[in-house]
Amino acid sequence: MSTTIPTERSALRAPARVRAGLMTRLRQSLFQSPASAVLTILTLWFLLMLAPPLVQWLLVKASFQAPDAQACREAGGACWAFIREKYRLILFGTYPHAEQWRPLLATALLVASIVWTATRRLAGLQIAGLWVFTIVAVATLMWGGFLNLAFVENTRWGGLPLTLILSTFGIAFAFPIGILLALGRRSRMPAIKAMCVAYIELMRGVPLISLLFMSSVMLPLFLPEGFSIDKLLRAQLAIILFAAAYIAEIVRGGLQAIPKGQYEGAESIGLGYWQQTRKIVLPQALKVVIPPLVSTFIALFKDTSLVVIIGIFDLTQAAKAALSDPAWTGFGVEAYLFIGLIYFVFCYSISRYSRSLERDLKR
Amino acid sequence: MVARQALDLPMSSHDRAPLRFSWNNPDFRAIAYQIVVVGLAALMAYYLVSNTLHNLATRNIATGFAFLEREAGFAIGESLIEYSPSDTYARAILVGLANTLRVSAVALVLATVLGVIVGIARLSGNWLIVRLASAYVELIRNVPLLLQLLIWYAVIGELLPSPKAAFHPLAGIYLSNRGMLMPSVDGPAVAGILWGLVLAAAAIVAVARRQRASRRRTGAPSRLWPFALLVLVLLPAAGWLAGGREFHLSMPRHSGFNFEGGWALSPELFALLIGLVTYTAGFIAEIVRAGVQSVSHGQWEAAQTLGLPRSRVLRLVILPQALRVIVPPTTSQYLNLVKNSSLAVAIGYPDLVSVVNTVLNQTGQAIEGVLIIMAAFMTVSLAVSLLMNWYNKRIALVER
Repeated sequence: MSTTIPTERSALRAPARVRAGLMTRLRQSLFQSPASAVLTILTLWFLLMLAPPLVQWLLVKASFQAPDAQACREAGGACWAFIREKYRLILFGTYPHAEQWRPLLATALLVASIVWTATRRLAGLQIAGLWVFTIVAVATLMWGGFLNLAFVENTRWGGLPLTLILSTFGIAFAFPIGILLALGRRSRMPAIKAMCVAYIELMRGVPLISLLFMSSVMLPLFLPEGFSIDKLLRAQLAIILFAAAYIAEIVRGGLQAIPKGQYEGAESIGLGYWQQTRKIVLPQALKVVIPPLVSTFIALFKDTSLVVIIGIFDLTQAAKAALSDPAWTGFGVEAYLFIGLIYFVFCYSISRYSRSLERDLKR
Repeated sequence: MVARQALDLPMSSHDRAPLRFSWNNPDFRAIAYQIVVVGLAALMAYYLVSNTLHNLATRNIATGFAFLEREAGFAIGESLIEYSPSDTYARAILVGLANTLRVSAVALVLATVLGVIVGIARLSGNWLIVRLASAYVELIRNVPLLLQLLIWYAVIGELLPSPKAAFHPLAGIYLSNRGMLMPSVDGPAVAGILWGLVLAAAAIVAVARRQRASRRRTGAPSRLWPFALLVLVLLPAAGWLAGGREFHLSMPRHSGFNFEGGWALSPELFALLIGLVTYTAGFIAEIVRAGVQSVSHGQWEAAQTLGLPRSRVLRLVILPQALRVIVPPTTSQYLNLVKNSSLAVAIGYPDLVSVVNTVLNQTGQAIEGVLIIMAAFMTVSLAVSLLMNWYNKRIALVER
């Protein structure tokens, strides 16, 4: 007897359902073993105990609008009215009130440039052109002085634009220095190698705080009399020198990953050291280390919060300044949660981008 | 010469190219570059040093470390060793160093424990636990540490109740906005008990190694726990007897507006510990997760075919292999923790950087102060690196 195999799709049976139902999946995931069940129940109990008071404090009893601090405190919840009152000070520092559209525009420009560079749809020259335009535009907006913009000296800059400027320009200028240090560390010339190793190990062995102290306290001693560097530039220099050492180590890892055949092949066609580095070695090495470089950018963005120690008005210092108002004391948690949210949004987006970048580069 | 090369004969020293002072000789170029770079560096160093000496002379600041003998004149909030404002600057700096080491050591241990727990939680099959652990890690890693320290300090100072109405979660533990109180032990017998524990631990380690060697040699099984139990009970008891049997457990009790008795952790130290521990644990959790995931899945499957339950598979098969991937990044996280303890200056805990900063401001000896900070941190970093590298070598795979 011969059985015919149905060939039309309608005659074929649909495949059996492999995906288990919701209850089965829950049971397998949450209650797989006695220990797992106990953990699940404990965690749920813990969340149930924690969530209602938290939600009450954050939202239900919170006051979003209050005439003064006393009314806010009496409400018993979080005082978001304090943020409403002080958000301009926290976000823009002591920039003149009427001109605050300028740091806002500068921030938007920086973020847009970073996002556009991150899409990787631009060629090298276009990226350079974009960033030259951004640097000039941000400098014009923040400093002013011509094009009918009032001059605002950089001691009055603060808040989010300052954090972005410190971290973006920090890493932009630290990048070439880091590459040179990495190349120097791998060099066969003993004097240069020793100097690069000493610099990198020194910078990586001390905390950024001590470098910031050094730059604010020791740098005036190093300079000839009468010549002084502005405090913001000192902090920016310290951040650049610090980041350069970490970037150097990352790039060194990338350089080590290049097979020796690439160097030998480049030499065999007569390329000199700088030519082979520029055309063969660096493009491959930098492509390999893009993910760790992005996480260094995240770390640098977080580390700019340390300039509060030397009194520069970044986002964290601006929050502290807002808290020092005697009419509104005792709302530290609200202020810090607010800027914590800002940092979280920036850093989390960058880290998601880095993960998608890693996935793309693996293919 | 070409013929000698073609016949594969060794080249004698007469055939080597003579040293040419020509730009085409790479060795000559290398020496020239190095001379130029070192010369430039030396020139810059000379310029900076001469400026510094001139500026120091104009401001009447002496160089050298003689200022360390002068009287400090400022109080330090908390210290492990005896200190009063009439002690020298050198002693003040020592107090700061002791504080830094204390915070770093305690935070290191707690952060490792918490980090391993969270890392393994992210790998468990329980969806709720995995999500919770992931949320914790993402939150911790994306907010700056300084901000986290400030938040914890603000939470302790503003949201915890006053000592009269302190939280009392467990017997003897009180949480208030003046810090945390725990029961403490004191009396001469405590030292005896501690020494007994240390000797017991050393004895257990020694006996364990001998048992492992004899198991490998003869194949006969042996048990460690009877000996371990005996030694852990007897030696501390002997220490207690030797200490005169005086042993006081001091529980904190309400007295007036504050507490008496017990051991107090100031709000600064408490906030610093919580901040450092949670922050570093987040990073260690990621490292542990990456390490365990780096072990190939075939190892899990093979171990399970042998009938080992999941916990034993993890302990006996996976973790030894995962440790090789985990230890190097964990070393740099430990170093980061020691360096991050310097953020204590922002919340007022008197660690090394904070004390040296005060000394710096009072005496104007900026360069010596900075040199002290850098020397201290480099020494501690080197010590931690050496220890971890030794451990790394021990767990390395001995390959053919």
